[in-house]
Amino acid sequence: MLIWRKFDYSGTQCCKALKEEGIDIILVNSNPATIQTDFEFADRIYIEPLTVETITRIIEIEKPQAVIATMAGQTGLNLATKLKSTFQLHGVAVLGTSIETIELAEDREKFAQLMEKINEPIPKSMRATNLEDAKKALSLLGLPLIVRADFALGGAGSSIVRLEENFISAVETALNSSGTSSCLIEKSVEGLSELEYEVIRDSNDNCITICNMENIDPMGVHTGESIVVAPSQTLTDKEYHMLRAAAIRVIRALDVRGACNIQFALDQQNGKYYIIEVNPRTSRSSALASKATGYPIAWVSTKIALGYQLHEIPNKITGKSAAFEPALDYCVVKMPKWPFDKLYSQKILGTQMKSTGEVMAIGRTFEEALQKAIHSLELKQKIEFDFTSQTAIEKSLLPNELRLFAIKDILRQKMLTVDEISRISKIHKWFIAKIDGIVAMESQIEKIDVTNSKTAPILLEAKRMGFSDNQISFKSALSNDAISHFKARNSIAPTYKMVDTCSGEFEALTPYYYSTFEQEDESHLLRGSSKKKVVILGSGPIRIGQGIEFDYCTVHAVLALKELGYESIIINSNPETVSTDFDVSSKLYFEPLTAENVLDVIKKEGEIEGVVVQFGGQTSVNLSIPLENNGVKILGTSVASIDASQNRKKFKALMGRLKIPLVESGVAFSKEEALEIARSISYPLLIRPSYVLGGRAMEIVYTEKQLLKKIDEAIFISGSYAIIMDRFLEDAVEVDVDALSDGEKVKLAGIMEQIEEAGIHSGDSSCVTPAIGFSDIAIKKIRDYTKRILLELQIIGLANIQMAIKGDDVYVLEVNPRASRTVPYLSKAMGVPIAKIASALQVGKKLTDYFDSFEKELIPKHGYFAVKSPVFPFIKFRDVDPILSPEMKSTGEVMGIAKTFEEAYLKAQLAAGNKFGSTVFLGSCGKWKKILADKFKKAGIQIFDSDKISEKDALLMVKQNKISFLIDGIKGSAKSEEEIRPTEAIRKSAVQFRLPVISSYFAALKIADSLEKTKGRNGKLFAPVALNELA
Amino acid sequence: MQTNPLADGTNQTGSYSKIFQSDFKNPKTPNAILVLKDGSHFLGGQIGAVKEILGELVFNTSMVGYQEALTDPSYAGQILTFCYPLIGNYATNLDDAESEKVHVRAAVVRENCESGKFYHFKAKLGLSEYLKENDVPGISGVDTRSIVRKVRESGVMPSILSPLEPNLSEKQLQEKISELKSKISGFDYGSVNFVSEVSIKQKKIFSPKKIDKKVALIDCGVKLNIIRELNLRNIEATAFPYDISANTILKGDFDGVLISNGPGDPALMKETISTTKKLIQSLPTLGICLGHQLIAHALGGTTYKLKFGHRGSNHAVLNPETGKIYITTQNHGYAAKDIPQNLAQTLFINCNDKTNEGIRHKTLPVISAQFHPEGSNGPKDANFLFDEFLKMMK
Repeated sequence: MLIWRKFDYSGTQCCKALKEEGIDIILVNSNPATIQTDFEFADRIYIEPLTVETITRIIEIEKPQAVIATMAGQTGLNLATKLKSTFQLHGVAVLGTSIETIELAEDREKFAQLMEKINEPIPKSMRATNLEDAKKALSLLGLPLIVRADFALGGAGSSIVRLEENFISAVETALNSSGTSSCLIEKSVEGLSELEYEVIRDSNDNCITICNMENIDPMGVHTGESIVVAPSQTLTDKEYHMLRAAAIRVIRALDVRGACNIQFALDQQNGKYYIIEVNPRTSRSSALASKATGYPIAWVSTKIALGYQLHEIPNKITGKSAAFEPALDYCVVKMPKWPFDKLYSQKILGTQMKSTGEVMAIGRTFEEALQKAIHSLELKQKIEFDFTSQTAIEKSLLPNELRLFAIKDILRQKMLTVDEISRISKIHKWFIAKIDGIVAMESQIEKIDVTNSKTAPILLEAKRMGFSDNQISFKSALSNDAISHFKARNSIAPTYKMVDTCSGEFEALTPYYYSTFEQEDESHLLRGSSKKKVVILGSGPIRIGQGIEFDYCTVHAVLALKELGYESIIINSNPETVSTDFDVSSKLYFEPLTAENVLDVIKKEGEIEGVVVQFGGQTSVNLSIPLENNGVKILGTSVASIDASQNRKKFKALMGRLKIPLVESGVAFSKEEALEIARSISYPLLIRPSYVLGGRAMEIVYTEKQLLKKIDEAIFISGSYAIIMDRFLEDAVEVDVDALSDGEKVKLAGIMEQIEEAGIHSGDSSCVTPAIGFSDIAIKKIRDYTKRILLELQIIGLANIQMAIKGDDVYVLEVNPRASRTVPYLSKAMGVPIAKIASALQVGKKLTDYFDSFEKELIPKHGYFAVKSPVFPFIKFRDVDPILSPEMKSTGEVMGIAKTFEEAYLKAQLAAGNKFGSTVFLGSCGKWKKILADKFKKAGIQIFDSDKISEKDALLMVKQNKISFLIDGIKGSAKSEEEIRPTEAIRKSAVQFRLPVISSYFAALKIADSLEKTKGRNGKLFAPVALNELA
Repeated sequence: MQTNPLADGTNQTGSYSKIFQSDFKNPKTPNAILVLKDGSHFLGGQIGAVKEILGELVFNTSMVGYQEALTDPSYAGQILTFCYPLIGNYATNLDDAESEKVHVRAAVVRENCESGKFYHFKAKLGLSEYLKENDVPGISGVDTRSIVRKVRESGVMPSILSPLEPNLSEKQLQEKISELKSKISGFDYGSVNFVSEVSIKQKKIFSPKKIDKKVALIDCGVKLNIIRELNLRNIEATAFPYDISANTILKGDFDGVLISNGPGDPALMKETISTTKKLIQSLPTLGICLGHQLIAHALGGTTYKLKFGHRGSNHAVLNPETGKIYITTQNHGYAAKDIPQNLAQTLFINCNDKTNEGIRHKTLPVISAQFHPEGSNGPKDANFLFDEFLKMMK
């Protein structure tokens, strides 16, 4: 069986279902940070670019009998349709939903015809492949219109057009984003309620709906951008079942076999509905529906693909049949996590999906679920609105990332009524009224008096509405301690309820819980178990700087501790993860990762060995201090060591003691101090606010003027005056080291050389292991420093060190006392389960149990090179300049493996979507343009120089595909910001046309080299490598 | 019975008995109490009519359709707990009632979610007002999931809902509880003929615009949507009281008979069973829910009480012949068994507990379903049974 994938959750479920049937699995994925690409889940694993060529070659090598294409999101569907004839040629059976069905659901015109045939209402629409058609559609349908690109991921290239003047550019973008250069122009149903149903159908035409979901944000906002509640809240039985019946009719007409998502627009003035779209695959929504209901959608649909009928499949939760529809006795709210703190884009939401991740929360009231979801988002910034004008108020109610908070504030200040807010925002009054109730409770909270137990009911009611102690403290001006004591005195404590798919009708075996404030607690201690318990903190929502890599590590920690005989208890808030599968851990608490919620769970669980914080990224590391302050034992590295590595002053002292060179640095608490430090260190400088992740607000400054400007921004973002200033090493190369330690010995799990120059965030750099460009002296220093730092800090488990290398000089930049985002990549490259070993070390295992020699770092076996490359979301942020900087912007990563560095690098770039053809545009390249021109010429690439082409011509060439890739936006001098500005429009446009834009000098050199060295080998390039060869 | 390896019997009781608020936005002392036969009690807020009532405590797992459930005559004699915690969201309206009044004896909800303002375009009356107008009490703010788990473990049980004077001392509260507990023992759901309470008193005709067929409806507590499904197929329905004689119907020039759903123990309904025996010999017959159980008796089978019944709209039934499953609405506390296999084939079985969900007579035009093909609340995946019925009459 061949599968490829994108969503880790559905892919892993699919693998489990196949393994149970004794089927050999060949798995293809470009993303190393996935559980499904572990040998526990698949038999032959390829981390390769997801392209038609690669998959075709893998089919030739592996000769699979069958393929499942519907577990890999939109990417998977697009690939499947392109591989249709290959499958036929090699006799590969397509299991589950057929390619014909996929095409039918994806081709909006054919889909529209089908809907017409079965009398299902859809918004009127017309297809366009060029501007002429598009203009015709405009005149026939009239505004507002939605322009949607066919075969595009996450709504890329789609937009709503309300003004005629925006029409042409919207159509152009859509055509360019489309996998088939076509788009659909559709009458807009903006403002109607948006409802979704998750449906499963088997080969015997049996249909069930798993869950319905109501988007709080009405039509016009991508469902991935919407706050979503499950089940629906405002629908009557008749409306609920009208849509359910329509969903089943549509799915039957499409002949879907397996899971499917269908979206409706409902006019709540008259109960009329429209069918918006069908996704004949597991999706983000199905992952959410799975976690919201406990029903394992991907697992069941894989069984269906294998030919099982619904009633033959067991319900893993109740031991009854999978042929039923989950009944919820709680309310679920999903909220998106947006990257606007890193991508300074317009914060307007629309049909384009911009969020990087999401959180889910469960409660017995809507208010509780909503507020727990907000707590899960880990929002740091203080949200304030300027409501001085009516226009400002109304604008805040249009779709934007802060709309929910604006509504609260407007209600708080009584500037508009529930009805008025609903009229402007088009959000259903029911939701606004509920938010109004939350606001009303805020003023009650002010009355809480900890000396008067008669006010305890107010506190209990506030907790039942999901207010956190922090919120209550803020509103009541009581300290958190006072609130804690008052709660304890009045027996106000959370109870835990089970997610069991059946509203308690049947006894369930699932250890999947959420907190609420009720009478009965169901989370019993595991009976008769003498096993020791460990709590593992997850990493919360996927965001820039803290991606799915951390969930990979979390799952590995669970597996390792299970193997060692521990009971593992997971706390996490992210529905798109494997760690929140109820059958991964011994017990799952779906809770916000806040000190309050985590401490409550620990209190509930009683005797625990300790808490693992190393794998949940900065989220869990940040919790270590409040946990320890409350007497909770942190496993592995001590909190003092964590602090010593994170606190600049202590860290500097430590490095001084160890005589390890740091780049000169200082911490400024005022502008004056900053200027003084700047003078002593000298420019250029790397500046950032303290205690941040992912290089937030990090900048390189070359002049005093730039420094002052950036300081103002940094203060604004961090809310404090502490600014860290480092000397910036120009032309240095950075290195990432992940290393294991048991306190006695240290094993380097890998040295990763960054391709891009220092100054570009390591998360945005490609890197290669083994390192290829360092001197022996530098390598020795890297090893030595790493070992000494880890031993000095008494790291137990994993740590990540970043260093800058200039010639033989090695400078330590930072130490992260936790698993880093490179752990999954290294694990795959080395064939060593690094996160598992790290967790074992934290419960007392020794490094000598796993390794014999400690002198050198791990390297890939048999002379392979493994390159990791980042994936960027620029196409979704049209107004963001697609250049790299110290601020991290990537949202994912891919990996390339080959026998030479060049091939591995190009493979990783290809997997990231960067295909380098035979023409390059050399834009702003600073002083390096000449060198680069020569290099690319040598590689046989035709050069277009920005100095010789007008902007207008360049834009046209981009559009007409005459340019294959761009080297542009390379900074590197005091004037760089001004220097790279002239070509900004060309870069931005190129991104929309899916052309690679390289803004790093070092990367450009490596690309030219790689192209030169692999020249003429096109036929033999990119031979797939099974990970089995590296294991 | 499966045992839960997670259970260790240490149910922790949270904050609730100490402090309490009833209404969602105004914390205050409880003014209603629900006492179960097993001795447990739940304090909450009064909704609907202010009165004390005894009934059999049951639960329904549907997430929507509370108005349909409240007005379903099959709930006569029962106190209905809604599993879904938010009830009242879209208020009540003129279209969604399944009979002319509320039939549950009392409603138990986690949150009475009506806000007094109506956000649904059809809304007419809020939940509490609706109950009050029907003189039916209710309680809100209680841990309904805890109630469900008790009923699941111990089976449906007699319970009592009572108003509570505010600010009782702990001692007064305990006295009130014992007083209510003593009243519970006097209630025996299984001995009451609830059908006689809910059945129509005089014949009534429900006509579609165009009449193709005429059906006699033996009304044991029929849901209006059964009649709507008939009318939709141009079938006129003449509803008769449950104790109508077979001869009256046989003389009435009908094309078929429908024996409806209804409350209570089917074994009590001796005369309707004997009427059924006669009618199925001569007329195409469709039995729904209680009607199915009566046909089972008429064919020589029997019925028995389920521990906590099937009440919800997510129950899958399987047609063993075709392998087709249907998600159905169910509301029954009894199930049919021992139906002679030489007379009837099993048409549907429940996917979860394998109980009988429907039969087809081997020689006579008779089909019956334990579930509700008319849905409402719930899905209509199996409403083809009405088409089958129509076919049998051709």
